[in-house]
Amino acid sequence: MKSLKRQDKSTFSKEHAEYLKAQKRYFLKIKIFQIGIVFLFFALWETFSRFKLIDTFITSSPLRIWNTLIYLNYSGELWKNVYYTASETIIGFLLGTLIGIVLAVAIWFSDFAYKVIEPYLVVLNALPKVALGPIIIVWLGSGMGAIVVMTLLVSVIISVINILVGFKSVDEEKILLMKSFGANKVQTLFKLVIPANISVILSTLKINVGMSLIGVITGEFLVSSCGIGYLIVYGGQVFKLDLVMAGIFILLVVASFMYLCVSKIEKLYLKRKR
Amino acid sequence: MGLKKAKNVILEIKNLSLNYHTLKNETAAIKNMNLNIYDKEFLTIVGPSGCGKSTLLSLIAGLMPVSEGKINFKNFSFSEVGYMFQKDCLFPWKSIKENALLGLEIKKSLNKKSEKFVDDLLQKYDLKKFEYHYPRQLSGGMRQKAALIRTLAVGPGILLLDEPFSALDYQTRIDISEQVRNIIKNEKKTAVLVTHDISEAICLSDRVAIFSKRPSKIKKILNIDFNGEAFTFHEKRKHAKFNKYFDEIWSELKNEEPKKAG
Repeated sequence: MKSLKRQDKSTFSKEHAEYLKAQKRYFLKIKIFQIGIVFLFFALWETFSRFKLIDTFITSSPLRIWNTLIYLNYSGELWKNVYYTASETIIGFLLGTLIGIVLAVAIWFSDFAYKVIEPYLVVLNALPKVALGPIIIVWLGSGMGAIVVMTLLVSVIISVINILVGFKSVDEEKILLMKSFGANKVQTLFKLVIPANISVILSTLKINVGMSLIGVITGEFLVSSCGIGYLIVYGGQVFKLDLVMAGIFILLVVASFMYLCVSKIEKLYLKRKR
Repeated sequence: MGLKKAKNVILEIKNLSLNYHTLKNETAAIKNMNLNIYDKEFLTIVGPSGCGKSTLLSLIAGLMPVSEGKINFKNFSFSEVGYMFQKDCLFPWKSIKENALLGLEIKKSLNKKSEKFVDDLLQKYDLKKFEYHYPRQLSGGMRQKAALIRTLAVGPGILLLDEPFSALDYQTRIDISEQVRNIIKNEKKTAVLVTHDISEAICLSDRVAIFSKRPSKIKKILNIDFNGEAFTFHEKRKHAKFNKYFDEIWSELKNEEPKKAG
């Protein structure tokens, strides 16, 4: 039987204390390298541009990005665009995941439906959704709705496929067990299939953070007159690489933030279940 | 033991046949099988691999329709069949007690009384102190015992055990199979076990049915009786009759093999 309690520190042997120390040092080393790489990257970039080793007109530089961000903040464009992109992403993310789960459940219910739909899923998944851009513009215009639809196109199919694979891989003996108790499909779904796939659903959430951002930026590239994607495209068109780089920087921040939120949810869940 | 009790048939298998169908071919798994299962007996089925032993259990449990023939239940119905699998099938996100209550939950018969019944079972069979533990915190043998309690919780009319000990290590296997037999006898249940292990069959059962290879028929049914001289598995294994039974089953199964060529 595995013990649940953590060993009391004062009872550690010298060897074990050494081991813990070494482990601590190892993890610290990983952290230092992780942060060091970013730091080095920006430092080299800035240095090279100061000494005119690279042309800042096409590469920009950390300082110029910083100044652009300050300017955007001052003019109010920063928050307006972040607000647009973030809300589109969050709406697309939530809606995409929800629709993905609902569709996966619906398809799981009927083996016939699954067999019928499977090839469509495969083909739709392989289709580059950006190709649908013009259709979306014609049908829905260039507002937030169009962007959210683009996001859904990108995230729903992959969610359905992921979750279905999880649903289908539930242990056959456990399904038989449910049957032997006389369980119907709804009971099997809620008592076995969904609880067994919480980790699959959580990993789908993680994938969908990336997917929704792809959808939103693709959408903004194509149709929008607002948002970070628009900022980047605009910057490119007028050859303001500072603006492009600043846009990418903001995207990195938004993506990390959303990813952190999702892994926080995952941690909370795992903690609850020990 | 097996001979003395009043033979009260609770399940009657009549001219049972089952064919498996795939796009490429049709396989007869069971053909014209007749078998009576008596109240409170422990019947074990042995036979060559793929002879349709597990298929018979699935048919009794109503998990698939029969091709021909009938399975008649006396005093109870399909819904009162308890199934135990090779794996314990405990849900890792539920505690041992929650797992034990699963069947009652599904049958919507979970109430104070039935919960008390499960509590008593856990208490009686030494799992009470682990009721709030999760399956992964228990050993394989304990988990299989918890699975048995989950099955007993719904008050099944018959227990179907599909090689429930085969995933356990040898020592645990002997220990848990003996415990399971004692629990089943204690709770006055009828049980049908499928196994490949001849000694397990002899030590656990009142009767051993030897199946032929596919399409399955019953070749022989042995009454296992130690004349009331051996009770624990250890005693049974040392008893003179153990070897006699072992040889008998062994030679019946052996006879099956050469036919494979033809």
